[in-house]
Amino acid sequence: MSKSKKIWAGIGVLAIAGGIALLIAGGLSTNVVYFLTPSELRAELAERGDEIVNQPLRLGGQVKPGSLTWNADQLDLRFVVTDSIGEVPVRSTGAPPAMFKEGIGVVVEGRYTHDGIFESTNLMVKHSNEYEPPHGEKPAQLYESLIKSDS
Amino acid sequence: MLNLIGSVSIAAALLGALAVLITGIAGGFNRKPGLIRAARYGLYFVFAAMTTAFITMEVALLTHDFSVEYVARVGSLETPPYYTAISLWSSLDGSILFWGWILSAYGALVAFVNRKSVSRLVPFAQGVLGFVGLFFFGLLTGPANPFGEVFPVPTNGPGPNPLLQNHPLMGLHPPMLYLGYVGLSVPFAFAVGALLSGKLDDEWIRSTRRWTVAAWAFLSVGIVAGGWWSYEVLGWGGYWAWDPVENASFLPWLTATAFLHSVMVQERRGMLKTWNLSLIIGTFLLTLFGTFLTRSGILDSVHAFTEGLIGPIFLSFIALVMVLSLILIAWRSDRLHAPGSLDAVVSRESTFILNNLLFVAFTFTVLLGTTFPLIVEAFNGSRVSVGPPYFNMVSIPIGVLLLFLMGVGPALPWRRTTPEKMKRAFLVPVVVGLATGLLGFVLGTRNFWPLVTFTFAGFVMATVVEEFRKGVSARRRIAGVSGPRALAQILTRNNSRYGGYIVHAGIVVIVVALAISGTWRFEREVTLQRGELAQIGDYGIVFDELWAEEQDHRFVVGATFSIFHDGKEAGTMQPRMNYYPNAQQPVGTPDVRSSLKEDLYLTLMAFDQEQGRHATIRAIVNPAVPWLWIGGMIVALGAILAVMPQRGSGRPAVSAAEIAFEEESAELVDEPAAVTV
Repeated sequence: MSKSKKIWAGIGVLAIAGGIALLIAGGLSTNVVYFLTPSELRAELAERGDEIVNQPLRLGGQVKPGSLTWNADQLDLRFVVTDSIGEVPVRSTGAPPAMFKEGIGVVVEGRYTHDGIFESTNLMVKHSNEYEPPHGEKPAQLYESLIKSDS
Repeated sequence: MLNLIGSVSIAAALLGALAVLITGIAGGFNRKPGLIRAARYGLYFVFAAMTTAFITMEVALLTHDFSVEYVARVGSLETPPYYTAISLWSSLDGSILFWGWILSAYGALVAFVNRKSVSRLVPFAQGVLGFVGLFFFGLLTGPANPFGEVFPVPTNGPGPNPLLQNHPLMGLHPPMLYLGYVGLSVPFAFAVGALLSGKLDDEWIRSTRRWTVAAWAFLSVGIVAGGWWSYEVLGWGGYWAWDPVENASFLPWLTATAFLHSVMVQERRGMLKTWNLSLIIGTFLLTLFGTFLTRSGILDSVHAFTEGLIGPIFLSFIALVMVLSLILIAWRSDRLHAPGSLDAVVSRESTFILNNLLFVAFTFTVLLGTTFPLIVEAFNGSRVSVGPPYFNMVSIPIGVLLLFLMGVGPALPWRRTTPEKMKRAFLVPVVVGLATGLLGFVLGTRNFWPLVTFTFAGFVMATVVEEFRKGVSARRRIAGVSGPRALAQILTRNNSRYGGYIVHAGIVVIVVALAISGTWRFEREVTLQRGELAQIGDYGIVFDELWAEEQDHRFVVGATFSIFHDGKEAGTMQPRMNYYPNAQQPVGTPDVRSSLKEDLYLTLMAFDQEQGRHATIRAIVNPAVPWLWIGGMIVALGAILAVMPQRGSGRPAVSAAEIAFEEESAELVDEPAAVTV
C-alpha cells in the first residue's frame, strides 16, 4: 500500500471517528435527562430560571395525599408530587399505572412548563423489583361483582 | 438431602475446574500426554458434577422441596409445572447455576471434539475454560449458593417474579442468551490458548469458527426472543427500549458480529491478528460485564436481582481477565505482526475493516450511553438517565452505514478491483436499491432515514440474490448440473458462505421492519363504556364486557372487545391483567392481532373496579412488527446452515477448493490471488 493511500485511509478513519464523536456528543448533550426531586426542581428554578423550563426531566417523589384527580373520559390525570419540602403539580394524559394511588412513590418523565405545571409524558410507579412478601391484595370488590354476576 | 447432593456436586465441579486449569496449562507447556488427558477427563468430570447439580435443582423445584433455599425463594405450590421448571433462571443463584452448567457442557464438548487433536492450543484452551469455570463455580459455592438449607422448612413459597411467569417465551429467551453468552467463552479460551502457546497463526480461529457462529446464532435468537417477550408481556407495544439489560445482550453481539467478519481477513490475508485477539477478548469481557449489569442491580431494571456481594466480585474478575489478557498480548507482541498488508482502499478486506470500525464505534456509543448515568453520578453526584432518544440518534446513522457496507462487501473481490469489475458487480444492485427507494417515495414515505434504509435494503438484497445467482451459474458450469441441484450443492459445499448471505437477508428484513414500525406506529388511549366504539386506523374496537377468573396461581381480570377491520367483523380480543399474590403491581397480558401487514395491539390500562362498566385501553397499530420475528427466524436458519459441518468435513473453513470456486463465481480471471493461508 503506497504512502498516499495510507494517508487517505488515515483521513477516512479519522473522519469516521470524528463523525461518531460528534454524534455521541450531540446525542448526549441533548438527551441526558436529569432526575430531580420537587425541592431540587424548585431550587433549580430559583437559580437558573427559564433555562430548565421545557427541558426533559425526571421528577421523583410521592403523590401528595388529597391531590389526585382523575377524569377517565378525558384521560386527564392531575396530582402533586412532593418530597415533603417542595411540591410540583403534575398533569398527565392517559390512564395511570395500575398501582397508582395517593401516597405512592412515582417517577414522572416530562417537562416543567411556563404554566407552572409539570407535563408528564411517562408516569412510572416506583416499586421494588425484588420479591416482596406476599400482599395477596386482590381487587376484592371486583372479584365479588364480576365472579358473582357471572355465575 | 437435595441440599447436600447439590452442594457436594458444586464443590466437586469447583475442584475439578481447578484441576483442569492446572493440568491444562501445565500440559500445554510441557506437552506430557498424561496431563493433557487429565485436563480432558477433568472437563468431563466437571460436566458430570454440574449436571448432577442442575438435575438436583430441577428435582427440588418440581417436587417443591422448600428446604432448598432457592426453591423457598422462587417456588410455590401454585405455579404451573412449566414455569416451575424454568424458574431456575428467574433469580440470581439459579441463573448462575444454569450458566455454570452450560459452561461445563461447552467444556465437555470442546474436550470431546478435540480428544484426538494434537494441536498445541487445545490443552491451553481447556485450561482457560477451567479458569472461567473456577470463577462461576466459586460464586456458586459462596455468595450465590442456591443449595443453602432453610430451617424451619416453609410450607409454601412466593413463586417466581410475576413478569417471568407470564409468558411461555421465558422458556426460550434466557436459555438462548446464555447459550450465546457462554458459548463465546470457547473462542475466547482458544484465543488465550493461542497467546499462551505462541501459535498465533489462524489455527485458533479456524478451530473455533463453528463455535463462534453457533454462539452468535444463539445470542441473536436470544435477543430477538427477548424483544418478542417484551412485546408480548410489557404492554407498551414496543420490543426494544434500550434498557441496560437489553444493551447488555446487544454489546457482545456487536463485537461478536465484528469478529465474525474480521477473522475472514486474517484467514485470507494474515492481517488483523492483534485486532482479532482483542476483539474476542473484548467480547468475552462484555459478556461478563453484561452479566454484571444484569445481576448486580447497579442499574435499576426488571432483570436486576440486586445482591450485594456479586457486583464487586464480578468487577474484580473482569479486571483480572482484562489485565491478564493485556499482559499476554504484550508478551506475544513480537509474533503478532502481519505478513500481508492492505493492497487497495477499495477491496473486500477494506470494507471488512470499515465494518469493524463501525461495529466497535457502535459498541462504544451503546456502552457509553448505558454507563453514562454511573459516570455522571460518580463525578458530580447528579442522577441522570440516558433514554432511547440518545440511542436512536446515534444508532440509526451507524446502523444504516453498516447496512450499506453489507451490500458493498460481498460484491467486492479480495485484494483489489478495477472500475469495469466494480461497474459489473454494482450496476444491478444499485439500480434495484434506487428503485426500492423510489417505490418507498411513491408509496408516500417522506422521512429521510426510512427512505435511505429502503434504498440500502434493496441494494443489499440485490447483492445477496446476485451472489446466489453467480454461485449457481458457476456451479452449473463446473459440475454440469441443473439449477436447483446446483443451488443445493452450493448450499452444502459452501454452507458457511451462503449461510452468511441468508443471515444478511434476515438482517435486512429486520432492519426494514424496524424502520417501518418505528416510523409509522400510532397509538391511542381511550376509555370506553360498555358497547361504545373507538376507531383507530382501519380498526373499530367495541368494549363488550369485563370478566374475571380465579386461577391457582393468579387472579385474572380481562376485557373482551369486538374488533372490526375495514367495517367487517374480525373476531374479539381479550387483553388481561394478572394479579399475582407476590406482586405489588398487576402484570398485564396485552392481546395482539397479527397480520403480515401490521399488528393491532391492545393493552388493558384501567377499568371500573366497582361494576365493570368502563375500561381504559391503549390501542396501538404496529406496522411490520411480525417481520421482526420472521427476520429473526431467517437469521437463525442462515446461521444453522453456516454451522453445519461442511461436506467432507475436517477441511479448514477456507479450503483451496472453495477459494478457487469463489474466484470462479466472482468471475475473477485475470489475476489469481496469492492467498496467505
